[in-house]
Amino acid sequence: MHIAIIGNGISGVTAARWLRKLSDHKITLISSESKYFYSRTALMYIYMGHMRQKDTQPYEQEFWAKNRIDLVHDHVNKIDFDQKELHFKEAVMSYDKLILALGSKSNKFGWPGQDLEGVGGLYHLQDLENMERYSKNLSRAVIVGGGLIGIEMAEMFVSRNIPVTMLVREESYWNNVLPSEESSMISKHIKHHGIDLKLASNLDQIIDDGTGKAVAVLVKETGEKIDCGYVGLTAGVSPNVGFLANTGIDIGRGIKVNQYLETSIPDVYAIGDCAEQQTPMPGRRAVEAIWYTGRMMGETVAYNICDQKIAYDPGIWFNSAKFLDIEYQVYGTVLAKPPTNHASIYWEDKQGEKSIRLVYDVNSKEILGFNLMGIRYRHEVCEQWLREKTNIESVLQSLSLANFDPEFYKMYESELIQQYNKQTGKNIQSKSTRSWNLVHQFLKG
Amino acid sequence: MSKINESMSLANPAPPFLDMQQKLASALGAIGLLILLIALGGYRFANPMYGLMASLGLICVGTVWFSIRAYLTKSAGIKNDGVYFSAISYRGLAAWIAGIVITGFYILLYWFPQVLGQVEGANRGLVGLFDPLSFAIKGSAASQWFVYGVLYTVAILAFGIKFILKYRHNKYQVVRTISVMFFQLGFAFLIPEFLQALHKPYYNFANMWPLNYYFFDGYNMDSYTGGTNFGLLMILWGLAMVFIISPILTYFYGKRWYCSWVCGCGGLAETAGDPFRQLSDKSIKAWNIERWMIHGVLLFSFVMTAGVLSTYFSSEPNAWISKNGFLLIMTAIVGVIILFTLWKKEEISQSGKNVPWYIIGASLGVFSLVLIAHFSGYFLLNAGALRKWYGFFIGSAFSGVVGVGFYPLMGSRVWCRFGCPMAAILGLQQKFFSRFRITTNGGQCISCGNCSTYCEMGIDVRAYAQKGQNIVRASCVGCGVCSAVCPRGVLRLEGGSADLSAKTAELKTIHITEDQIKILS
Repeated sequence: MHIAIIGNGISGVTAARWLRKLSDHKITLISSESKYFYSRTALMYIYMGHMRQKDTQPYEQEFWAKNRIDLVHDHVNKIDFDQKELHFKEAVMSYDKLILALGSKSNKFGWPGQDLEGVGGLYHLQDLENMERYSKNLSRAVIVGGGLIGIEMAEMFVSRNIPVTMLVREESYWNNVLPSEESSMISKHIKHHGIDLKLASNLDQIIDDGTGKAVAVLVKETGEKIDCGYVGLTAGVSPNVGFLANTGIDIGRGIKVNQYLETSIPDVYAIGDCAEQQTPMPGRRAVEAIWYTGRMMGETVAYNICDQKIAYDPGIWFNSAKFLDIEYQVYGTVLAKPPTNHASIYWEDKQGEKSIRLVYDVNSKEILGFNLMGIRYRHEVCEQWLREKTNIESVLQSLSLANFDPEFYKMYESELIQQYNKQTGKNIQSKSTRSWNLVHQFLKG
Repeated sequence: MSKINESMSLANPAPPFLDMQQKLASALGAIGLLILLIALGGYRFANPMYGLMASLGLICVGTVWFSIRAYLTKSAGIKNDGVYFSAISYRGLAAWIAGIVITGFYILLYWFPQVLGQVEGANRGLVGLFDPLSFAIKGSAASQWFVYGVLYTVAILAFGIKFILKYRHNKYQVVRTISVMFFQLGFAFLIPEFLQALHKPYYNFANMWPLNYYFFDGYNMDSYTGGTNFGLLMILWGLAMVFIISPILTYFYGKRWYCSWVCGCGGLAETAGDPFRQLSDKSIKAWNIERWMIHGVLLFSFVMTAGVLSTYFSSEPNAWISKNGFLLIMTAIVGVIILFTLWKKEEISQSGKNVPWYIIGASLGVFSLVLIAHFSGYFLLNAGALRKWYGFFIGSAFSGVVGVGFYPLMGSRVWCRFGCPMAAILGLQQKFFSRFRITTNGGQCISCGNCSTYCEMGIDVRAYAQKGQNIVRASCVGCGVCSAVCPRGVLRLEGGSADLSAKTAELKTIHITEDQIKILS
């Protein structure tokens, strides 16, 4: 059987690796972006000079031949689902099963000037080249959109001493996701790095210099004109499914898939950023453009193709990011605008660069989520508490188990316990310390 | 599609990273070095002490001032901006010049000390410049080794401060760096010098066999056992370090307690060598070369030491232990190695099917040589020549010339990774008999590659992290930089006894378990 995979990002590559582990099928991995798999999340580090492009490739080049995964560095122009054929510029390839791992594209909301030269997102290698091209003697970059990619792009320009303005729709950075304290902490941190953070500001239009290149932007709210040599569009991403329109495959925002990641066409699967779950798991979104969900879908689809049917289950929500110098981790449900039954215990250090938030249900007292800034928590431990709906007080008593910071770091778990005691008038005491043996004991039950 | 430059930097490869103060600071450091060069050229300072102090002072002040401007002007955090755009940290012209200069210095140091001014009678040149300091510390004239010791210590102290400023947000790095600075200044430099001032044998209590390969040399043992109890104490301490202290510490903490907390070679690599850590080769091929090479050197040092000791105890009937005593000790050591290998056979064969047999074969081979020497009075290989060649190839050429001279081209841990027999022994203990490992944090890894890139030992950390597998590698010196540079909080240096037998087990980062699949299918 020949399995063709379009897209060699984390989803497609994981699918290929697991197909090889589970079967002897012929596997072809196709990408027009880059012959070899590289970690998209590391694009920023190439620009900042922390790594070379080849350092972002998780597997050595011999890996693919050794595992009999054929690489095709070419663009699929058209898919013929009836004949089961992929059409390239000069070649046609037939397949028995097809996995679509097409990834995302940067959102553009119809702004005037959005397709000018010197305007771009941050998703592909080609986006990085584009940023490089305009970086020389760049007087200012304007970044439109304040999500995770926007802050990365800002950090990139700052690393080259290029002045940056960020236009952010919200009145505080990422406050549609982060609770207000964390959001304001990050907003302050961004300004502290010399970034001109303009909150509650939308892009009106990008101005052309007359030769088709961007020279300035207009802010909608104030009408202010900001001169710049580059405009970064980082207002989120959406499934890269444009070329599948009118091919017969069922498309909503992304390619619609059932829990087995099967599309509306037999023998065609979709995974990763481009897939849209018809019935997402409770509390999860239908399209999730996240590294680890891509990896999970890649593994799941391989099992399904190898006749070991298994439903896609991303498990308990978690994520992480880094805002300039502040690391961020989240486990479970931490809402920006919590319903009335969600209570928080929140601690923040004096410098405003570290915080811990535990969210629990006021009625059942069960733990709902962990939100961390500048502090690392252990995934497995948090997940076990969340899965077992552990009582907040027993979580607090053994909270040190979750601490994943390096040795000698100050631990703040007792501050959380104090907070809780203050809020509730109780007298909870810490009953655990941080040690691998205790963690191991806890996880193995 | 257009071609992509390897560094991806088409337009702005050298952004203005240096401000005016940093340029001035660099100039001060350069003047400090220039004074040394002038002395080397033969100029005699009217007051050499002033000349030397001015030189070392300028080097320190320049380095620290530069670092303050580089790091304290920015908020605390990872400071790797532009590492791959800079000529010094990415094999540019500056790196080649630095590499050649350092290599040249080491060649002069080991084989042509007279060029540095080390001559019979009154020292001249560079060594002469250090005479007043040497007299002040130990009451005798300087040697090229005194010069080397001072410069080495100054480098670790000045660049140690730089490293602390760079990683000031990371307490593990700060504490560890203070430790290497302390051990270099106190144990590797001042104490041995003071011992000499007191007419005791030169001894670094923190250095041990086999890194300290002359420990068992006849002349050295004679100097220790030459009638004083203090000397005997040194021998006992040295043996305790090898056989008791280091195995216990390595069991609890991994080899890092030595390699990145105490050792002088490690100390220089972690401080002055830090700008070059990313240059280590991460390929599987390099890992294969490393394993053969470092264990080859280990075997060489075993054979050489066995030869030196066999010869010594055969020819010195009045040595501190008898010939029979020596044979007994060797039997015990070889026995322990073989029994341990058989006990851990399964685990050891995971590194290669025949590895346990290589270990047993090599141990028996060395033992046979000792046995033959015991009965015949002759060590089959020429022990004196072995010792000489070991000193030349391993002690000088590898650890010094290549080990430090090639920092700017091959990274800061070439010696530690490919050549150090001490690292090899501690590595074997770390891999098969230690609580230490680096744990990964569930599914948080994004495969970015920062950990692998900044691993000075060339370990592909990411390969483990993205699978959710613990990192248990013989070569890991536990510097903790992988954990520091990880943007997602994935790695933690850790010790624990609860799962010793399963610490290398492959875990799944994904929520699918084999059980679930069985139920569903």
